[in-house]
Amino acid sequence: MDEALLRSLTPTVIGVLVRRGADFAAAEDAVQEALVEAVRGWPADPPRDPKGWLVTVAWRKFLDVTRSDAARRRREERVDAEPAPGPASEVDDTLQLYFLCAHPSLTPSSAVALTLRALGGLTTRQIAQAYLVPEATMAQRISRAKRTVSAVRFDQPGDVATVLRVLYLVFNEGYSGDVDLAAEAIRLTRQLATAIDHPEVAGLLALMLLHHARRATRTAPDGSLVPLAEQDRRRWDTGSIAEGVEILQAALARDRLGEFQAQAAIAALHADAPTAEETDWVQIVEWYDELVRLTDSPIVRLNRAVAVGEADGPRAGLAALAALDDTLPRHTAVAAYLHERDGDPATAARLYADAALRAPNLAERDHLTRQAARLNTRRPLGERGARFP
Amino acid sequence: MAKYLLLKHYRGAPDPVNDVPMDRWTPEEISAHMQYMHDFAARLEGTGEFVDAQALAPEGTFVRYDGEGRPPVTDGPFAETKDLIAGWMVIDVDSHERAVELAGELSAAPGAGGKPIHEWLELRPFLTAPPTITE
Repeated sequence: MDEALLRSLTPTVIGVLVRRGADFAAAEDAVQEALVEAVRGWPADPPRDPKGWLVTVAWRKFLDVTRSDAARRRREERVDAEPAPGPASEVDDTLQLYFLCAHPSLTPSSAVALTLRALGGLTTRQIAQAYLVPEATMAQRISRAKRTVSAVRFDQPGDVATVLRVLYLVFNEGYSGDVDLAAEAIRLTRQLATAIDHPEVAGLLALMLLHHARRATRTAPDGSLVPLAEQDRRRWDTGSIAEGVEILQAALARDRLGEFQAQAAIAALHADAPTAEETDWVQIVEWYDELVRLTDSPIVRLNRAVAVGEADGPRAGLAALAALDDTLPRHTAVAAYLHERDGDPATAARLYADAALRAPNLAERDHLTRQAARLNTRRPLGERGARFP
Repeated sequence: MAKYLLLKHYRGAPDPVNDVPMDRWTPEEISAHMQYMHDFAARLEGTGEFVDAQALAPEGTFVRYDGEGRPPVTDGPFAETKDLIAGWMVIDVDSHERAVELAGELSAAPGAGGKPIHEWLELRPFLTAPPTITE
């Protein structure tokens, strides 16, 4: 039984059923039933055309349910009266599903759950594990999402930007348990990129590949964070980097810049530097300027201040930082870093300790506490005296 | 089996014996401390006594129902600083004695100078649902 094959066929088959007039929840249920039958029957009797088999069985399941449900009589008649579906290409069917799963009527967390379920073919249990919530909670979230989009008719394309945002959310959720959401997001974005020709889809795919290439080096074996400058660049995945850069260059050549392409460009400049010292910070600042223009996001401005600090020195970075709201997440951590580089370890240590209290996750908190500890325990005349020279 | 909550406090618990704020430890001491807690949890997973452990942010918000159509009140009363909880671990053990024993071990996590910090942990039993069968 090829589980990967089944998972990759799931969205296509749901897409076909939706295109033929099934509502989303019914289509999803029918495909699940077909999958159960496949798991039972295929090992002894594998079909020659797995996709065709699944479509046929799922459609039959859907019709069975529709027929047996008297309240749905009218819809059945409508479905039957519709002209036989033409030979729709499978990319179109899947694409429709992308728009459905990222529909603006869904909350971001529902959209993510539905995407993983319908497009990724993950089980409710796997999704629940990835998000560290009880399976019953996730099952409710998914069925509510299905109800929400069941009323949506699909006659026009949705908003690509919404789909990309959902995929980006999946990617950023990263990894936990036995489901690798980052890899899943890359797989889905790759699939989307083959279905739709859009520079920002390519930009997001490039961005994910470039970040993913560094993933193994971003944490130490004990789970602590390793900053970019200290990562072992020999362990970066050069295949992913090359692919990301190539996709990005093709996208940029089309001259329709968007925020994902700009972010990917910054990631590419980091990936391209053989050592941290050789990073082209001047060009990175230029890309941040583009990003500020495209998004006007305070977080982007904060990141830009870091880049300015590298390109033009810590004083320039601090000046850029001074213009920003100091309640921004990571503002204090950036200030600590720039003060340290400016030769003021006492201020830096105090700010690192302060930033640790405001850290959004444990790995960052521990990292910032260590930074404070490093400066506090290396100061020769600190409270600890010469105990740890 | 009975579940117990082990509460780590930022402030409010009596001072640990080895009372040096964490940002005054060396980075190596911090790593050793984290590793100890990690190993402790892994060992309890092995014995089937581990349930959950989570860290908490130092600041939260108080919210209460304040009447129909009104926003929840969020500007106080605030927690007294003596009540800040840093995180918890939930264990599922056979006896209160075992829970005390494990809390004692967790309290011995190494701190500054590699010596145990002897921090106070609050140990609270979970209330359970009434049994469906009583003998």
